[in-house]
Amino acid sequence: MDLKEQMREAGVDFSACYQCGKCTASCPVAFAMDYGPRHIVRFLQLGWWDEALKSRSIWLCAACDTCSTRCPRSVNPAKMMDCLRVQAGNRRIVAEPKVKVFNDTFLHIIRRYGRIHEGELAIRFNLITGQLFKDARLGVAMLRRGKIHGMPRRIRGIGTLRRIFAQTDGRKE
Amino acid sequence: MKRAFFPGCSLQATGREYGISTRAVARHLDLELIEIPDWNCCGASSAHSTDELLALALPARNLALAEKMGLDIVAPCAGCFNRLRAAEVALRKPAWQTRVEQLLGMPVTGKITTCNLLDFLVNQVGPETIRRKVIRPLRGLRVVCYYGCLLVRPRALTGFDDPENPQSMDRLMLDLGATVIDWPFKTECCGGNLAIPCTDLTLKMSGQLLRRAQEAGAEAIVTACPLCMLNLDARQEEMEKFGMNLPLPIFYFTELMGLSMGLAPESLGLQCHFTDPQKLLQAKLLL
Repeated sequence: MDLKEQMREAGVDFSACYQCGKCTASCPVAFAMDYGPRHIVRFLQLGWWDEALKSRSIWLCAACDTCSTRCPRSVNPAKMMDCLRVQAGNRRIVAEPKVKVFNDTFLHIIRRYGRIHEGELAIRFNLITGQLFKDARLGVAMLRRGKIHGMPRRIRGIGTLRRIFAQTDGRKE
Repeated sequence: MKRAFFPGCSLQATGREYGISTRAVARHLDLELIEIPDWNCCGASSAHSTDELLALALPARNLALAEKMGLDIVAPCAGCFNRLRAAEVALRKPAWQTRVEQLLGMPVTGKITTCNLLDFLVNQVGPETIRRKVIRPLRGLRVVCYYGCLLVRPRALTGFDDPENPQSMDRLMLDLGATVIDWPFKTECCGGNLAIPCTDLTLKMSGQLLRRAQEAGAEAIVTACPLCMLNLDARQEEMEKFGMNLPLPIFYFTELMGLSMGLAPESLGLQCHFTDPQKLLQAKLLL
């Protein structure tokens, strides 16, 4: 399935956009993006898929859904960002690697145990991104407050989860 | 009232005081919350940023487990609630349902519905029942209610309150006797899970919320989301570097419910906070 069709199926109608800019005005992360959501929608209207996929914006989007709530044309820019992230990830075009590493690490832990383990998530994320002591103080403070699970424990239904992961891994449809 | 309970990962760790206070308040109100046996993580934002089917199948397993129990679900975490609801809505399409059932190897119809804890308490348990239990009103405590994103958006999924100017938590706090201050940042994003990969970005976003709450005259922020709580509560020391005049205590709405109902602070997990609320509560004669 190509990206355009994938968007249509997900209910994203970028051709309906009349570029009012409400999405960008509402976006709490726009200040840090290379292109605001209105810009990304415009790229898609022009068929500039690579520009959209290569942008940092799709990774910095916090998926807060404010843009989609306010869009007067029901374009659903938040869902658009989601589709672009999925596609960019599949094509290994990742302008903000740390965000992708975080998502992958998060899912790796779910695949292993069925539930998240904050300690392992933080340690793995730090190792992969080469920032060994990031949030170390916070981590200690959290441990002291019992805010990090003890030893990770697998759920009984882990087999089902592994099957879900195996069959959705790198799905290109 | 009996419900299937989906604690989610946060309520056992980063947001454990949310779990502790939820259970304490539920016990006090004679609500039976039965944990879904062997539940799994909902996949959160990481799953829907990676694969749509994965993002539906993970929460759908929990729906299938609750279906076996024959009970509707109550989920306190805004993120879990949002993902469970997304799965529930997707399962109404036969094509998705067939694919998800195939993946799970068990039946799931999507007939079990998920309710957020706030919605459950305010709209199903009801304000009369809650008001009757308030023995120590939160008199003089000036709060702003912070709903964040996933509790109220998208409206088609969440449904129970307005996505721009929600009221349910505000009304609940009024019922508990608190002074509720209106502010325009009720549903502004705290930065969510970007806190780990893009910490500076979320410090700005959460920092702005704290500053705006202070400007509105609030002495504390009330929240219903463990990720919002973590971003607002745990990194205040880092924010002070930006010249902010902190601390500003953050509460889960369930903690304030428990306090107003006369439950002991330790039984609500108040000692787990990063930003110690003790001074404020003592000043208001609530401890």
